[in-house]
Amino acid sequence: MRHLFSASYWEQKDVEKLIGRLLRTGVVLASIVAFIGGIFYLYIYGKGQPQYHEFIGAAEPMRHMKGILQGVAQTDGAAIIQLGVVILISTPIVRVAFSALAFFIEKDYKYVLITFIVFCVIMFSMISKMGG
Amino acid sequence: MSILVFTLIILAGAFVAGMLGSLTGLGGGVVLIPLLTLIFHVDIRYAIGASLISSIANSSGAAAAYIKEGITNVRIGMFLEIATTTGAIIGALLAVFIPTNAVAVIFGLVLIFSAFMSVRNKTDHTENIDKSPLARKLRLNSSYPTKDGIVHYKVQNVAGGYGLMTFAGIMSGLLGIGSGALKVLAMDNIMRIPFKVSTTTSNFMIGVTAAASAVVYLQRGYIDPGLALPVILGVLAGAFGGSRLLVKANTKTLRILFCVVITFLALEMIYNGLNGKL
Repeated sequence: MRHLFSASYWEQKDVEKLIGRLLRTGVVLASIVAFIGGIFYLYIYGKGQPQYHEFIGAAEPMRHMKGILQGVAQTDGAAIIQLGVVILISTPIVRVAFSALAFFIEKDYKYVLITFIVFCVIMFSMISKMGG
Repeated sequence: MSILVFTLIILAGAFVAGMLGSLTGLGGGVVLIPLLTLIFHVDIRYAIGASLISSIANSSGAAAAYIKEGITNVRIGMFLEIATTTGAIIGALLAVFIPTNAVAVIFGLVLIFSAFMSVRNKTDHTENIDKSPLARKLRLNSSYPTKDGIVHYKVQNVAGGYGLMTFAGIMSGLLGIGSGALKVLAMDNIMRIPFKVSTTTSNFMIGVTAAASAVVYLQRGYIDPGLALPVILGVLAGAFGGSRLLVKANTKTLRILFCVVITFLALEMIYNGLNGKL
């Protein structure tokens, strides 16, 4: 029970609160962005026919950050929705980064390293172009 | 059916999926994938992309609540995330080589297993003997608060748990689901972590695991904005609002009913997969 009286324990609690808030903010922000994009998307394409029987894949610009941001600049609904998706995917990734900070405050360097490895695995999936 | 009507129907379906997903801890994907593929004849690759999004939404939404109670073991979660994220990337890579009808069959089998796991009797396998030097070195042993005071637990068989977690990660990357049931099996039965801790820690891990493969699937075009829209909004509303609604409902009956439905969906996925219809 000694750790209850140490300063690092309470700092850790603050970081946990921060992580909780971060997750909620990320999730809410992602849904607001997707909702706004959805209005544009449905206004333009709402009367069309859904085409999901055969797999063609999302339009090429919707598959990377550059294309998505270009689309957002042109207020393309699909691109704005996809930006919401990217925010949602980044929420747990940012959380991993914050956990590293939490372990650092606790002076638990072994876990700073473990968290860093997890972060690197995710980064690897991002930049290795495995998605083609 | 116009895109507008299609979006609204999927929105309602995603709401139910988010609600049941957070109730049973299985995540929204187990409902979403059969709904999209069996009823709307959406190609399973689009369904997998949509389901990954729902896993992240479900996990992040619920984790914000759990972590405060001091039940989640962040160390166990983070250490095992090395296994699940590596697994998830392997799974996402394998998805290219495995034909979609085989993916449907594997999905059905995992679904049946998950349904079984969520209705079985929950007995804690908690152990208090400090046998694992690896658990000690990694500081995985911990405690959590209950009504009757603090309960301490000692983690066993870290290597075995790590191995099964890698497998859970592969399934998660291949099928786009959280594979919460496999994660809980690894922590509960192999590593002997108390049930409450393993459930919340599993949920903590699902978001990070799904994010690792979601990046690959986004680049591959599996994540389509037209499906992502109703899925994000529906699953989140279901996970947030639904959990309040369900507090009053008889969860035991609902759980069993849900599992029966899931098992039927799973059998249909397997049947269609074997016939090459998916």
